[in-house]
Amino acid sequence: MSEARTVDVAAARPRVRPMRWVAGAVMLVLAAQLGWFLYTNPRFEWPVVGQYLFHPNVLLGLGMTVLLTVICMTLGSGLGVLLAVGRLSAFRPLSWACTLYIGLFRGVPPLVQLLFWFNLAYLLPRISLGVPFGPTFASWPTNTVISALTAAIIGFTLHEAAYMAEIVRAGILGVDAGQRDAARAMGFTAGQSFFKVVLPQAMRVIIPPTGSQFISLLKGTSLVSVIALADLLYSVQVIYNQTYQIVPLLIVACFWYLIVVTLLSVGQQRLERHFGKGQ
Amino acid sequence: MSGEPVLRVREVRKSFGDHAALDGVSLEVREGEVVTVIGPSGSGKSTLVRCVHQLEAIDGGAMYLDGELLGHEFHRGHLRPLPARKVAAQRSRMGMVFQQFNLFAHWSVLRNLTEPQVLVHGTPVEKAREEALRLLERVGLSDKAQAHPRQLSGGQQQRVAIARALATNPRIMLFDEPTSALDPELVDEVLSVVRDLAGGGMTMIIVTHEMSFAREVADRCVFMEKGRVVETGTPEEIFEHPRSPRLRAFLSRFSGRAAETPHDRVLEEETAS
Repeated sequence: MSEARTVDVAAARPRVRPMRWVAGAVMLVLAAQLGWFLYTNPRFEWPVVGQYLFHPNVLLGLGMTVLLTVICMTLGSGLGVLLAVGRLSAFRPLSWACTLYIGLFRGVPPLVQLLFWFNLAYLLPRISLGVPFGPTFASWPTNTVISALTAAIIGFTLHEAAYMAEIVRAGILGVDAGQRDAARAMGFTAGQSFFKVVLPQAMRVIIPPTGSQFISLLKGTSLVSVIALADLLYSVQVIYNQTYQIVPLLIVACFWYLIVVTLLSVGQQRLERHFGKGQ
Repeated sequence: MSGEPVLRVREVRKSFGDHAALDGVSLEVREGEVVTVIGPSGSGKSTLVRCVHQLEAIDGGAMYLDGELLGHEFHRGHLRPLPARKVAAQRSRMGMVFQQFNLFAHWSVLRNLTEPQVLVHGTPVEKAREEALRLLERVGLSDKAQAHPRQLSGGQQQRVAIARALATNPRIMLFDEPTSALDPELVDEVLSVVRDLAGGGMTMIIVTHEMSFAREVADRCVFMEKGRVVETGTPEEIFEHPRSPRLRAFLSRFSGRAAETPHDRVLEEETAS
Protein backbone atom coordinates (compact mmCIF):
# COMPACT_ATOMS: atom_id res chain seq x y z
CA MET A 1 0.00 0.00 0.00
CA SER A 2 1.35 3.40 -0.87
CA GLU A 3 1.02 6.51 1.25
CA ALA A 4 -1.71 8.71 -0.19
CA ARG A 5 -0.99 11.81 1.87
CA THR A 6 2.14 13.95 1.49
CA VAL A 7 4.24 13.36 4.61
CA ASP A 8 6.12 16.16 6.37
CA VAL A 9 8.07 14.96 9.42
CA ALA A 10 8.00 18.49 10.83
CA ALA A 11 4.41 17.75 11.88
CA ALA A 12 5.45 14.76 14.03
CA ARG A 13 4.65 14.86 17.75
CA PRO A 14 7.08 13.56 20.39
CA ARG A 15 6.65 9.93 21.43
CA VAL A 16 5.07 9.18 24.77
CA ARG A 17 7.70 7.58 27.03
CA PRO A 18 5.96 6.12 30.10
CA MET A 19 9.14 4.75 31.72
CA ARG A 20 10.54 8.27 31.89
CA TRP A 21 7.55 9.40 33.87
CA VAL A 22 7.98 6.47 36.26
CA ALA A 23 11.71 7.17 36.70
CA GLY A 24 10.99 10.86 37.24
CA ALA A 25 8.44 10.05 39.94
CA VAL A 26 10.90 7.73 41.73
CA MET A 27 13.58 10.39 41.71
CA LEU A 28 11.15 12.95 43.05
CA VAL A 29 10.18 10.66 45.95
CA LEU A 30 13.85 9.98 46.79
CA ALA A 31 14.64 13.69 46.73
CA ALA A 32 11.70 14.45 49.01
CA GLN A 33 12.81 11.74 51.40
CA LEU A 34 16.35 13.13 51.52
CA GLY A 35 15.03 16.65 52.09
CA TRP A 36 12.77 15.44 54.88
CA PHE A 37 15.68 13.59 56.49
CA LEU A 38 17.88 16.69 56.37
CA TYR A 39 15.11 18.92 57.68
CA THR A 40 13.68 16.80 60.47
CA ASN A 41 16.73 15.00 61.87
CA PRO A 42 17.71 17.16 64.87
CA ARG A 43 21.26 15.76 64.94
CA PHE A 44 22.23 17.84 61.95
CA GLU A 45 21.92 20.79 64.33
CA TRP A 46 21.48 23.31 61.54
CA PRO A 47 21.52 26.27 63.95
CA VAL A 48 25.02 25.16 65.05
CA VAL A 49 26.09 25.00 61.40
CA GLY A 50 24.92 28.58 60.96
CA GLN A 51 26.66 29.63 64.15
CA TYR A 52 30.10 28.33 63.05
CA LEU A 53 29.87 28.93 59.31
CA PHE A 54 31.63 32.30 59.57
CA HIS A 55 33.52 31.59 62.81
CA PRO A 56 36.91 33.41 62.63
CA ASN A 57 38.90 30.20 63.19
CA VAL A 58 36.97 28.41 60.46
CA LEU A 59 37.64 31.27 58.05
CA LEU A 60 41.33 31.28 59.02
CA GLY A 61 41.44 27.54 58.38
CA LEU A 62 39.76 28.08 55.00
CA GLY A 63 42.39 30.72 54.20
CA MET A 64 45.17 28.28 55.08
CA THR A 65 43.62 25.56 52.90
CA VAL A 66 43.32 27.91 49.91
CA LEU A 67 46.79 29.37 50.46
CA LEU A 68 48.40 25.95 50.72
CA THR A 69 46.58 24.76 47.59
CA VAL A 70 47.59 27.80 45.55
CA ILE A 71 51.23 27.68 46.67
CA CYS A 72 51.61 23.95 46.01
CA MET A 73 49.75 24.11 42.71
CA THR A 74 51.90 27.01 41.48
CA LEU A 75 55.20 25.47 42.55
CA GLY A 76 54.07 22.01 41.44
CA SER A 77 53.02 23.23 37.98
CA GLY A 78 56.32 25.07 37.44
CA LEU A 79 58.32 22.03 38.53
CA GLY A 80 56.00 19.82 36.48
CA VAL A 81 56.73 21.77 33.28
CA LEU A 82 60.47 21.41 33.90
CA LEU A 83 60.07 17.68 34.56
CA ALA A 84 57.99 17.23 31.40
CA VAL A 85 60.60 19.02 29.30
CA GLY A 86 63.33 17.02 31.01
CA ARG A 87 61.56 13.76 30.35
CA LEU A 88 61.24 14.64 26.65
CA SER A 89 64.88 15.76 26.48
CA ALA A 90 67.22 14.03 24.05
CA PHE A 91 69.84 14.00 26.83
CA ARG A 92 69.20 10.50 28.18
CA PRO A 93 70.44 10.84 31.80
CA LEU A 94 68.14 13.84 32.30
CA SER A 95 65.23 11.96 30.74
CA TRP A 96 65.87 8.96 32.99
CA ALA A 97 66.17 11.11 36.12
CA CYS A 98 62.84 12.81 35.40
CA THR A 99 61.14 9.48 34.68
CA LEU A 100 62.49 8.10 37.95
CA TYR A 101 61.26 11.16 39.87
CA ILE A 102 57.79 10.91 38.38
CA GLY A 103 57.55 7.20 39.12
CA LEU A 104 58.69 7.73 42.71
CA PHE A 105 56.52 10.69 43.66
CA ARG A 106 53.41 9.45 41.90
CA GLY A 107 53.80 6.16 43.68
CA VAL A 108 54.13 7.34 47.28
CA PRO A 109 50.80 8.36 48.91
CA PRO A 110 50.73 12.06 49.85
CA LEU A 111 49.91 11.24 53.47
CA VAL A 112 53.05 9.11 53.75
CA GLN A 113 55.11 11.89 52.15
CA LEU A 114 53.65 14.44 54.54
CA LEU A 115 54.66 12.37 57.57
CA PHE A 116 58.04 11.70 56.01
CA TRP A 117 58.91 15.36 55.45
CA PHE A 118 57.52 16.29 58.85
CA ASN A 119 59.88 13.76 60.41
CA LEU A 120 62.87 14.63 58.25
CA ALA A 121 64.88 15.60 61.33
CA TYR A 122 65.19 11.92 62.24
CA LEU A 123 67.00 11.18 58.96
CA LEU A 124 68.84 14.47 58.63
CA PRO A 125 69.31 16.23 61.99
CA ARG A 126 70.89 19.34 60.45
CA ILE A 127 70.42 21.01 57.08
CA SER A 128 73.64 22.53 55.82
CA LEU A 129 74.87 24.61 52.93
CA GLY A 130 78.33 23.93 51.54
CA VAL A 131 80.50 22.12 49.03
CA PRO A 132 79.48 18.45 48.57
CA PHE A 133 81.91 16.27 50.55
CA GLY A 134 83.72 19.53 51.39
CA PRO A 135 83.49 22.38 53.88
CA THR A 136 80.14 23.62 55.21
CA PHE A 137 79.26 27.31 55.19
CA ALA A 138 76.12 27.32 57.30
CA SER A 139 73.79 24.82 58.90
CA TRP A 140 70.50 24.81 60.78
CA PRO A 141 68.73 22.22 62.92
CA THR A 142 66.19 20.55 60.64
CA ASN A 143 63.36 21.01 63.11
CA THR A 144 63.62 24.80 62.91
CA VAL A 145 63.49 24.70 59.09
CA ILE A 146 60.79 22.07 58.62
CA SER A 147 57.62 23.31 60.27
CA ALA A 148 54.25 21.72 59.63
CA LEU A 149 53.69 24.30 56.89
CA THR A 150 57.00 23.73 55.09
CA ALA A 151 56.55 19.96 55.35
CA ALA A 152 53.10 20.32 53.79
CA ILE A 153 54.35 22.62 51.03
CA ILE A 154 57.27 20.35 50.17
CA GLY A 155 55.17 17.17 50.27
CA PHE A 156 52.29 18.42 48.16
CA THR A 157 54.50 20.33 45.72
CA LEU A 158 56.65 17.29 44.96
CA HIS A 159 53.59 15.07 44.66
CA GLU A 160 51.75 17.56 42.47
CA ALA A 161 54.80 18.13 40.24
CA ALA A 162 54.90 14.43 39.33
CA TYR A 163 51.26 14.49 38.21
CA MET A 164 51.59 17.83 36.41
CA ALA A 165 54.67 16.55 34.57
CA GLU A 166 52.62 13.79 32.97
CA ILE A 167 49.78 16.18 32.11
CA VAL A 168 52.15 18.71 30.55
CA ARG A 169 54.02 15.99 28.66
CA ALA A 170 50.77 14.75 27.13
CA GLY A 171 49.97 18.35 26.16
CA ILE A 172 53.35 18.89 24.52
CA LEU A 173 53.11 15.63 22.56
CA GLY A 174 49.66 16.70 21.39
CA VAL A 175 50.99 19.74 19.55
CA ASP A 176 51.48 19.12 15.83
CA ALA A 177 55.14 18.57 14.91
CA GLY A 178 54.71 21.05 12.06
CA GLN A 179 54.31 23.85 14.60
CA ARG A 180 57.77 23.11 16.01
CA ASP A 181 59.20 22.85 12.49
CA ALA A 182 57.71 26.24 11.62
CA ALA A 183 59.06 27.84 14.81
CA ARG A 184 62.54 26.49 14.13
CA ALA A 185 62.29 27.47 10.49
CA MET A 186 61.54 31.07 11.46
CA GLY A 187 64.75 31.07 13.48
CA PHE A 188 63.18 30.88 16.94
CA THR A 189 65.50 29.63 19.66
CA ALA A 190 64.52 26.45 21.50
CA GLY A 191 63.18 28.55 24.40
CA GLN A 192 61.13 30.85 22.16
CA SER A 193 59.79 27.87 20.27
CA PHE A 194 58.71 26.18 23.51
CA PHE A 195 57.27 29.14 25.40
CA LYS A 196 55.79 31.08 22.46
CA VAL A 197 54.55 28.31 20.20
CA VAL A 198 54.41 24.85 21.80
CA LEU A 199 53.31 25.52 25.38
CA PRO A 200 50.45 27.96 24.53
CA GLN A 201 49.02 25.39 22.13
CA ALA A 202 49.55 22.56 24.60
CA MET A 203 47.47 24.50 27.15
CA ARG A 204 44.26 23.40 25.42
CA VAL A 205 45.10 19.81 26.36
CA ILE A 206 46.71 20.70 29.69
CA ILE A 207 43.94 22.83 31.25
CA PRO A 208 41.10 20.30 31.77
CA PRO A 209 43.12 17.69 33.72
CA THR A 210 44.90 20.51 35.58
CA GLY A 211 41.54 21.77 36.81
CA SER A 212 40.75 18.31 38.20
CA GLN A 213 44.22 18.22 39.71
CA PHE A 214 43.66 21.59 41.40
CA ILE A 215 40.39 20.35 42.88
CA SER A 216 41.85 17.09 44.11
CA LEU A 217 44.77 18.97 45.66
CA LEU A 218 42.38 21.31 47.47
CA LYS A 219 40.62 18.33 49.02
CA GLY A 220 43.92 16.53 49.51
CA THR A 221 45.25 19.31 51.72
CA SER A 222 42.82 18.13 54.41
CA LEU A 223 45.50 15.50 55.13
CA VAL A 224 47.62 18.16 56.85
CA SER A 225 45.38 17.90 59.91
CA VAL A 226 47.53 14.86 60.86
CA ILE A 227 50.55 17.10 61.32
CA ALA A 228 48.45 19.71 63.18
CA LEU A 229 48.53 22.38 60.49
CA ALA A 230 45.49 24.62 61.00
CA ASP A 231 43.67 24.11 57.69
CA LEU A 232 39.91 24.07 57.27
CA LEU A 233 39.40 20.49 58.48
CA TYR A 234 41.80 20.90 61.43
CA SER A 235 40.04 24.12 62.52
CA VAL A 236 36.64 22.46 62.72
CA GLN A 237 38.20 19.46 64.45
CA VAL A 238 39.60 21.76 67.13
CA ILE A 239 36.15 23.18 67.70
CA TYR A 240 34.24 19.88 67.80
CA ASN A 241 36.83 18.32 70.09
CA GLN A 242 35.64 20.86 72.66
CA THR A 243 31.92 21.01 71.84
CA TYR A 244 31.33 17.44 70.57
CA GLN A 245 29.15 18.85 67.77
CA ILE A 246 30.92 16.70 65.22
CA VAL A 247 28.34 16.45 62.42
CA PRO A 248 27.38 20.14 62.16
CA LEU A 249 31.03 21.17 62.09
CA LEU A 250 31.89 18.63 59.40
CA ILE A 251 29.00 20.11 57.43
CA VAL A 252 30.58 23.54 57.87
CA ALA A 253 33.82 22.14 56.37
CA CYS A 254 31.92 20.46 53.51
CA PHE A 255 30.12 23.72 52.76
CA TRP A 256 33.38 25.64 52.31
CA TYR A 257 35.09 22.87 50.33
CA LEU A 258 32.11 22.80 47.95
CA ILE A 259 32.11 26.59 47.58
CA VAL A 260 35.78 26.71 46.65
CA VAL A 261 35.55 23.69 44.33
CA THR A 262 32.57 25.30 42.55
CA LEU A 263 34.50 28.53 42.07
CA LEU A 264 37.45 26.55 40.70
CA SER A 265 35.20 24.72 38.25
CA VAL A 266 33.84 28.01 36.93
CA GLY A 267 37.39 29.34 36.53
CA GLN A 268 38.39 26.15 34.71
CA GLN A 269 35.54 26.53 32.21
CA ARG A 270 36.60 30.11 31.46
CA LEU A 271 40.22 29.08 30.93
CA GLU A 272 39.18 26.25 28.64
CA ARG A 273 37.18 28.64 26.53
CA HIS A 274 40.13 31.06 26.39
CA PHE A 275 42.71 28.50 25.32
CA GLY A 276 40.32 26.70 22.96
CA LYS A 277 40.20 29.79 20.73
CA GLY A 278 42.95 28.92 18.25
CA GLN A 279 41.64 25.47 17.38
CA MET B 1 76.19 37.69 -11.69
CA SER B 2 78.60 37.72 -8.78
CA GLY B 3 80.99 34.83 -8.19
CA GLU B 4 79.72 33.38 -4.93
CA PRO B 5 76.38 31.55 -5.15
CA VAL B 6 73.76 32.33 -2.47
CA LEU B 7 73.52 28.65 -1.64
CA ARG B 8 76.05 25.93 -2.29
CA VAL B 9 75.26 22.30 -1.48
CA ARG B 10 78.15 19.91 -1.93
CA GLU B 11 77.95 16.10 -1.82
CA VAL B 12 75.30 16.12 0.92
CA ARG B 13 74.34 12.76 2.39
CA LYS B 14 71.44 11.98 4.70
CA SER B 15 70.11 8.61 5.81
CA PHE B 16 67.04 7.61 7.78
CA GLY B 17 68.07 4.28 9.24
CA ASP B 18 69.20 2.13 6.29
CA HIS B 19 67.47 4.31 3.75
CA ALA B 20 69.74 6.83 2.01
CA ALA B 21 67.42 9.79 1.45
CA LEU B 22 70.20 11.95 0.01
CA ASP B 23 73.10 10.13 -1.58
CA GLY B 24 75.64 12.81 -2.45
CA VAL B 25 73.62 15.76 -3.69
CA SER B 26 75.32 18.88 -5.04
CA LEU B 27 73.55 22.06 -6.07
CA GLU B 28 74.32 25.74 -6.48
CA VAL B 29 71.79 28.54 -6.46
CA ARG B 30 72.84 31.99 -7.64
CA GLU B 31 71.47 35.37 -6.67
CA GLY B 32 67.97 35.83 -8.10
CA GLU B 33 67.86 32.32 -9.53
CA VAL B 34 64.75 30.15 -9.33
CA VAL B 35 65.54 26.44 -9.14
CA THR B 36 62.71 23.93 -9.29
CA VAL B 37 63.22 20.37 -8.08
CA ILE B 38 61.13 17.58 -9.57
CA GLY B 39 61.18 13.84 -9.17
CA PRO B 40 59.08 10.90 -8.00
CA SER B 41 57.87 10.54 -4.41
CA GLY B 42 60.66 9.42 -2.12
CA SER B 43 63.34 10.81 -4.41
CA GLY B 44 64.70 12.97 -1.56
CA LYS B 45 63.63 16.37 -2.88
CA SER B 46 61.71 17.33 0.29
CA THR B 47 64.57 16.02 2.41
CA LEU B 48 66.92 18.27 0.44
CA VAL B 49 65.15 21.52 1.37
CA ARG B 50 64.59 20.34 4.94
CA CYS B 51 68.32 19.66 5.21
CA VAL B 52 69.22 23.04 3.72
CA HIS B 53 67.00 24.64 6.34
CA GLN B 54 68.67 22.46 9.00
CA LEU B 55 65.38 20.95 10.11
CA GLU B 56 67.20 17.67 9.50
CA ALA B 57 70.87 17.24 10.34
CA ILE B 58 72.95 16.02 7.40
CA ASP B 59 75.29 13.04 7.77
CA GLY B 60 77.96 14.22 5.36
CA GLY B 61 78.97 16.78 2.75
CA ALA B 62 78.63 20.50 3.34
CA MET B 63 76.29 23.41 2.71
CA TYR B 64 77.15 27.10 2.46
CA LEU B 65 74.87 30.14 2.63
CA ASP B 66 76.61 33.19 1.16
CA GLY B 67 79.87 31.33 1.61
CA GLU B 68 79.22 30.62 5.30
CA LEU B 69 79.26 26.97 6.35
CA LEU B 70 75.81 25.88 7.56
CA GLY B 71 75.44 23.96 10.82
CA HIS B 72 79.13 23.62 11.67
CA GLU B 73 82.08 25.83 12.53
CA PHE B 74 85.79 25.51 13.04
CA HIS B 75 86.64 25.81 16.70
CA ARG B 76 90.36 25.74 17.55
CA GLY B 77 91.05 23.90 14.35
CA HIS B 78 88.35 21.27 14.86
CA LEU B 79 85.10 21.06 12.96
CA ARG B 80 82.20 21.11 15.43
CA PRO B 81 78.40 21.44 15.28
CA LEU B 82 77.22 25.02 15.79
CA PRO B 83 75.53 25.91 19.07
CA ALA B 84 71.71 25.95 18.76
CA ARG B 85 71.57 29.73 18.94
CA LYS B 86 73.79 30.16 15.89
CA VAL B 87 71.85 27.52 13.98
CA ALA B 88 68.67 29.50 14.73
CA ALA B 89 70.34 32.65 13.44
CA GLN B 90 71.30 30.87 10.20
CA ARG B 91 67.77 29.55 9.76
CA SER B 92 66.38 33.04 10.17
CA ARG B 93 68.23 34.06 6.99
CA MET B 94 66.21 31.54 4.96
CA GLY B 95 62.46 31.43 4.41
CA MET B 96 60.65 28.10 4.46
CA VAL B 97 57.19 27.28 3.13
CA PHE B 98 55.78 23.91 4.17
CA GLN B 99 53.40 21.54 2.48
CA GLN B 100 51.04 21.73 5.48
CA PHE B 101 51.39 25.55 5.85
CA ASN B 102 52.17 25.22 9.59
CA LEU B 103 50.87 28.65 10.50
CA PHE B 104 51.00 29.24 14.26
CA ALA B 105 47.48 28.12 15.11
CA HIS B 106 47.10 30.16 18.30
CA TRP B 107 47.96 33.52 16.72
CA SER B 108 46.08 35.78 14.35
CA VAL B 109 47.35 36.13 10.79
CA LEU B 110 48.92 39.49 11.66
CA ARG B 111 50.70 38.10 14.70
CA ASN B 112 52.00 35.18 12.64
CA LEU B 113 53.81 37.80 10.56
CA THR B 114 54.88 40.26 13.27
CA GLU B 115 56.02 37.91 16.04
CA PRO B 116 58.94 36.31 14.14
CA GLN B 117 60.25 39.76 13.17
CA VAL B 118 60.03 40.96 16.77
CA LEU B 119 61.37 37.78 18.41
CA VAL B 120 64.08 36.85 15.95
CA HIS B 121 65.23 40.15 14.49
CA GLY B 122 64.29 42.54 17.29
CA THR B 123 62.23 44.68 14.92
CA PRO B 124 60.15 47.32 16.77
CA VAL B 125 56.50 46.21 16.97
CA GLU B 126 55.16 49.14 14.97
CA LYS B 127 57.62 48.60 12.14
CA ALA B 128 56.93 44.84 12.13
CA ARG B 129 53.23 45.64 11.83
CA GLU B 130 53.75 47.91 8.84
CA GLU B 131 55.89 45.29 7.13
CA ALA B 132 53.31 42.58 7.89
CA LEU B 133 50.46 44.64 6.41
CA ARG B 134 52.55 45.43 3.33
CA LEU B 135 53.24 41.71 2.80
CA LEU B 136 49.61 40.74 3.35
CA GLU B 137 48.66 43.23 0.67
CA ARG B 138 51.24 41.68 -1.62
CA VAL B 139 49.65 38.23 -1.24
CA GLY B 140 46.18 39.75 -1.52
CA LEU B 141 45.00 39.12 2.04
CA SER B 142 44.93 42.56 3.66
CA ASP B 143 41.37 41.95 4.87
CA LYS B 144 42.40 38.79 6.78
CA ALA B 145 44.93 40.38 9.16
CA GLN B 146 42.78 39.76 12.24
CA ALA B 147 41.55 36.30 11.21
CA HIS B 148 42.81 33.11 12.80
CA PRO B 149 44.48 30.55 10.52
CA ARG B 150 41.68 27.98 10.90
CA GLN B 151 39.21 30.52 9.50
CA LEU B 152 41.10 30.61 6.18
CA SER B 153 41.01 28.25 3.22
CA GLY B 154 44.11 26.16 2.50
CA GLY B 155 45.13 28.47 -0.31
CA GLN B 156 44.80 31.54 1.88
CA GLN B 157 46.77 29.86 4.68
CA GLN B 158 49.57 29.03 2.28
CA ARG B 159 49.67 32.64 1.01
CA VAL B 160 49.92 33.82 4.63
CA ALA B 161 52.69 31.27 5.19
CA ILE B 162 54.59 32.70 2.22
CA ALA B 163 54.14 36.23 3.59
CA ARG B 164 55.36 35.02 7.00
CA ALA B 165 58.50 33.53 5.47
CA LEU B 166 59.12 36.80 3.62
CA ALA B 167 58.62 38.90 6.76
CA THR B 168 62.10 38.17 8.04
CA ASN B 169 63.60 39.30 4.73
CA PRO B 170 65.30 36.02 3.79
CA ARG B 171 68.25 35.60 1.40
CA ILE B 172 66.60 32.57 -0.14
CA MET B 173 63.11 31.04 -0.10
CA LEU B 174 62.64 27.28 0.14
CA PHE B 175 59.31 25.75 -0.92
CA ASP B 176 58.53 22.19 0.14
CA GLU B 177 55.69 21.08 -2.15
CA PRO B 178 53.66 24.21 -1.39
CA THR B 179 50.53 23.11 -3.25
CA SER B 180 50.42 19.37 -2.53
CA ALA B 181 48.00 19.69 0.40
CA LEU B 182 45.62 22.00 -1.44
CA ASP B 183 42.29 21.34 -3.10
CA PRO B 184 42.82 21.60 -6.88
CA GLU B 185 40.87 24.84 -7.25
CA LEU B 186 43.09 26.57 -4.65
CA VAL B 187 46.43 25.77 -6.27
CA ASP B 188 46.52 28.63 -8.75
CA GLU B 189 46.20 31.43 -6.19
CA VAL B 190 49.32 30.10 -4.42
CA LEU B 191 51.27 29.55 -7.62
CA SER B 192 50.53 33.08 -8.78
CA VAL B 193 52.04 34.45 -5.55
CA VAL B 194 55.16 32.33 -6.10
CA ARG B 195 55.30 33.45 -9.74
CA ASP B 196 55.09 37.05 -8.56
CA LEU B 197 58.03 36.46 -6.20
CA ALA B 198 60.08 34.93 -9.00
CA GLY B 199 59.35 37.98 -11.12
CA GLY B 200 60.55 40.16 -8.25
CA GLY B 201 64.00 38.57 -8.32
CA MET B 202 63.75 36.43 -5.18
CA THR B 203 66.24 33.56 -4.97
CA MET B 204 64.26 30.35 -4.58
CA ILE B 205 64.31 26.57 -4.48
CA ILE B 206 60.89 25.12 -5.23
CA VAL B 207 60.16 21.44 -4.73
CA THR B 208 56.98 20.70 -6.61
CA HIS B 209 54.78 18.13 -8.29
CA GLU B 210 53.29 20.81 -10.55
CA MET B 211 55.17 20.00 -13.74
CA SER B 212 53.93 22.87 -15.87
CA PHE B 213 54.64 25.32 -13.09
CA ALA B 214 58.11 23.83 -12.49
CA ARG B 215 58.86 24.43 -16.14
CA GLU B 216 57.34 27.87 -16.43
CA VAL B 217 58.82 29.54 -13.35
CA ALA B 218 62.31 27.99 -13.32
CA ASP B 219 65.61 29.42 -14.46
CA ARG B 220 67.00 25.98 -13.84
CA CYS B 221 65.35 22.66 -13.20
CA VAL B 222 66.72 19.71 -11.21
CA PHE B 223 65.50 16.15 -11.59
CA MET B 224 66.10 13.90 -8.57
CA GLU B 225 65.64 10.19 -8.13
CA LYS B 226 66.65 7.82 -5.32
CA GLY B 227 68.49 10.53 -3.39
CA ARG B 228 70.60 11.69 -6.33
CA VAL B 229 70.49 14.55 -8.80
CA VAL B 230 70.05 12.74 -12.08
CA GLU B 231 69.85 15.70 -14.41
CA THR B 232 70.10 19.49 -14.22
CA GLY B 233 69.38 22.00 -16.92
CA THR B 234 67.24 24.79 -18.28
CA PRO B 235 63.51 24.03 -18.40
CA GLU B 236 63.85 23.48 -22.16
CA GLU B 237 66.67 20.98 -21.68
CA ILE B 238 64.84 19.09 -18.96
CA PHE B 239 61.37 19.03 -20.47
CA GLU B 240 62.15 19.05 -24.22
CA HIS B 241 65.46 17.23 -24.46
CA PRO B 242 65.80 14.91 -21.46
CA ARG B 243 69.10 13.03 -21.75
CA SER B 244 68.72 10.28 -19.13
CA PRO B 245 66.27 7.42 -19.67
CA ARG B 246 64.97 7.82 -16.12
CA LEU B 247 63.95 11.44 -16.65
CA ARG B 248 62.35 10.45 -19.94
CA ALA B 249 60.41 7.70 -18.14
CA PHE B 250 59.36 10.14 -15.42
CA LEU B 251 58.20 12.77 -17.89
CA SER B 252 56.40 10.25 -20.08
CA ARG B 253 53.93 9.73 -17.25
CA PHE B 254 52.90 13.36 -17.66
CA SER B 255 53.14 13.49 -21.44
CA GLY B 256 50.21 14.74 -23.45
CA ARG B 257 48.69 16.26 -20.36
CA ALA B 258 51.12 18.55 -18.57
CA ALA B 259 53.94 19.29 -20.95
CA GLU B 260 51.88 21.00 -23.60
CA THR B 261 49.29 22.97 -21.62
CA PRO B 262 51.05 25.30 -19.21
CA HIS B 263 48.17 25.68 -16.76
CA ASP B 264 47.05 22.10 -16.60
CA ARG B 265 48.13 20.60 -13.34
CA VAL B 266 48.83 16.94 -12.91
CA LEU B 267 49.45 15.46 -9.50
CA GLU B 268 52.08 12.83 -9.43
CA GLU B 269 50.03 10.53 -7.20
CA GLU B 270 47.41 10.20 -9.91
CA THR B 271 49.87 9.04 -12.50
CA ALA B 272 52.08 6.97 -10.25
CA SER B 273 49.34 4.52 -9.34
